[in-house]
Amino acid sequence: MPRLDGIEKVTGRARYVDDLVLPGMWFGRTIRSRHRHARLVEIRRDPSLGWSRLVFIEASDVPGENVLALLEDDQPVLARGVIRHVAEPVALVAAPTPEEAEEAAARITVVEEPLPAVLTVEEALASRVLLHGEDNVFKRIEVKKGDVETAFGRADLVVEGEYATGPQEQLYIEPQGMIAEPRPDGGVVVRGSMQCPYYVHRALKRALGLPDEKVVVVQTTTGGGFGGKEEYPSMIAAHAALLARKAGRPVKIVYDRHEDLLATTKRHPSRVRHRTALLRDGSLLGMDVDLTLDGGAYATLSPVVLSRATLHAAGPYRCENVRIRSRVVATNHPPHGAFRGFGAPQALFALELHVTKIARTLGADPVELRRRWAMREGDTTATGQVLRWSVAAHEVLDAAVGRYRSRATPPPPPPKKRGVGVSLYLHGAGFTGSGEERLKGRAAVEARDGRFRVLAASTEIGQGTRTIFAQIAADALGVPLEAIDLEEPDTSRVPDSGPTVASRTCMVVGAVIAAAAEDLRGALARFGEGKGLASRDPRELAAAHFRERGALRVDRTYASPAGVRFDEATYTGDAYPVYGWGCNVAEVDVDTDTGEVAITRFVAAADAGRAIHPALVEGQVEGGALQGIGWATVEGVTYENGRVREDRMATAIVPTTLDAPSIETVLVEKPYPHGPFGAKGIGELPIDGPAPAIASALFDAIGALVPEIPLTPEKVLRAIEGTSG
Amino acid sequence: MTGFVVNGRRVEVETSARPLLDVLRLDLGLTGTKEGCGEGECGACSVLIGDRVVNSCLVPLCQVEGEEVTTVEGLSSGRELSSLQRAFVERGAAQCGICTPGFLLAAESLLRRNGAPTLEEVRVALAGNLCRCTGYVKIYEAVLGASRGEAP
Repeated sequence: MPRLDGIEKVTGRARYVDDLVLPGMWFGRTIRSRHRHARLVEIRRDPSLGWSRLVFIEASDVPGENVLALLEDDQPVLARGVIRHVAEPVALVAAPTPEEAEEAAARITVVEEPLPAVLTVEEALASRVLLHGEDNVFKRIEVKKGDVETAFGRADLVVEGEYATGPQEQLYIEPQGMIAEPRPDGGVVVRGSMQCPYYVHRALKRALGLPDEKVVVVQTTTGGGFGGKEEYPSMIAAHAALLARKAGRPVKIVYDRHEDLLATTKRHPSRVRHRTALLRDGSLLGMDVDLTLDGGAYATLSPVVLSRATLHAAGPYRCENVRIRSRVVATNHPPHGAFRGFGAPQALFALELHVTKIARTLGADPVELRRRWAMREGDTTATGQVLRWSVAAHEVLDAAVGRYRSRATPPPPPPKKRGVGVSLYLHGAGFTGSGEERLKGRAAVEARDGRFRVLAASTEIGQGTRTIFAQIAADALGVPLEAIDLEEPDTSRVPDSGPTVASRTCMVVGAVIAAAAEDLRGALARFGEGKGLASRDPRELAAAHFRERGALRVDRTYASPAGVRFDEATYTGDAYPVYGWGCNVAEVDVDTDTGEVAITRFVAAADAGRAIHPALVEGQVEGGALQGIGWATVEGVTYENGRVREDRMATAIVPTTLDAPSIETVLVEKPYPHGPFGAKGIGELPIDGPAPAIASALFDAIGALVPEIPLTPEKVLRAIEGTSG
Repeated sequence: MTGFVVNGRRVEVETSARPLLDVLRLDLGLTGTKEGCGEGECGACSVLIGDRVVNSCLVPLCQVEGEEVTTVEGLSSGRELSSLQRAFVERGAAQCGICTPGFLLAAESLLRRNGAPTLEEVRVALAGNLCRCTGYVKIYEAVLGASRGEAP
């Protein structure tokens, strides 16, 4: 079945935010800081420009609280007094044309007085310059299971390793943008590219000092998100709304690529140390993990990213003695934020490359060692969670390795060397810990004149939300797909089903929609029986109900499966209701003269519980895998004095068709009893494993471990020189 | 004035230093052509001049005087999708869709020159277009499928 938004996307009819033109609309620009840490002395406007014809906004013009509501409320809508990162928003202008707005922005000078900065995790932990609290730590977590000290005392050998990953740019192809339109009642309507309409709604209410009903947020067709449109859209929405209310007319802010690359969030850089206690026979006695993330200048979502990283640090393995200590620190980098995987890819890169190192140290087969250690149903995770259902570690391992071994290509001639690497991993589906309980995501299904409407705030960002929601509702109602309509994500019309993040849309919101649809079907059947109607067709019953009593709507709220409990104080219990499982096999040919790593084969096995729409699931696996491959190979974002160096598309490299290997996808289905039709989350899982599989393959090829991605030719050559020296 | 043909329709627009992309989107309302980077790296703004695919963000308006320009809006005739468009829908080659118009035109240019391309030829022809959603796999399948006239 083709996806429902396919035709509008292949004909150019889909309207993205920059395609919209409202009558009388002006254009906004953001004036940003140049320094990484500075005192904001003054914002100077060139007096020769006719400012009275334009709109200018600075921090003192923010009518509500000057904070971007998220977790800690430490990030201002516009900087006041102090600058904490390069490209921090300081002021705004709007003008009738983009050219005039640009000209006005150029006539504004931000006077900054530089302060000592924190640019590395080490500097942050040394706390000589304080950016946050007493110690620059946004959040700390410790997970403990069993007795690690005793396990290390019993060990025949201890394998240690330190691994690092750099920032990664989401590089959605549609840059960020918003249009705000003032309403006569003092309210505001904001439309734009986003993942989470209710996050934007909450941030606008706070910054503008408006009640619920005076803020309306509508998602426009969104050209990719990958986490990058989880939190930052609130910033742009607030800016556009401030300008629009002052201008008394619609204002559009659309970032160009340069601005988007400089200012918006990237994946958290990480540094992970592993110490692993083993017996000579390959028994896994204990794991001691120390993980640090660079959170950047404001907390944004860092505490939750740290949580997911920590909860994935011990991976898919059974181990009785585990200690994981982790922290996310403040630096003067632009805030790092949500990116597909949300901390798990960093943790799993370290773990899976380390397991490859362990296998090599023991002289064990890396596949067999993983098979031996992998968890099964009934096993217990690092947080003491007993895995009650849907554990597919062995299935994905067998599927990926089986596919890889089903054919072979001849190895390359020198100076190239062939290597093969494997990664095995899991990804918690849905919010971490008690997140779903706190949120209470709500969705509804409504019967109208012979048709049904699904109401949810979950957004289509390319992954296929609208299509699977329609499929789930149609199936639960027992009607054809054509009888389903989907309300657009507009906060004045749809309930808050929660943000479109955390691989929760299909599994969590889909389950709520299925439940609401089933209830609605039952209610219609009872109505039909009460009226003595002969028809059992829900469409006819809906039409009859509509004629007599009007529309019939059922709202449902998500409830976690019975017995799922997590204790955030001790970090014990059910960290996620269920996990998706994945395995990658990467084959590389390494040119030992140039250090180039060519991926010659790439297999991705992924367990979605049940693939409600297999082509969409394959699309998630293939796209996620290539983002992981890019992160491991060509996607290096770096900072120079706190400023992003790769600030243009020409330097912010992502894989092209010539860089991308053909991805061989194998879908595995291990149903989850509480997901819609057995489905689990699939959006993030595929990005967790490619990097360690490729780094392991490189290790296999050259006999030296490169512990830091991206695997640039320089690093590879240095590693090769190290082995021959 | 600068005169050219867009999707079979003759147009005249005021001569300026602006790129073709802005004229298509702002003057002619053809918003199917997208801007992803403004510097010719991402291919979201790909259109055809004759049978040749170009990044319209880098093409000065004066260069299209007298030329035939095709945008995504010109691929289908009336309500009928082209075979490439149909293949993109049916194979799931469009996810978020922002790169899709550009890919369709790059693929259209390839198929006009080479009706039976190999996978390698498809990869080379699409190397100027970035997609961040699909991993390209379903795009290759769609282009190869359309070239063979296959039903999915």
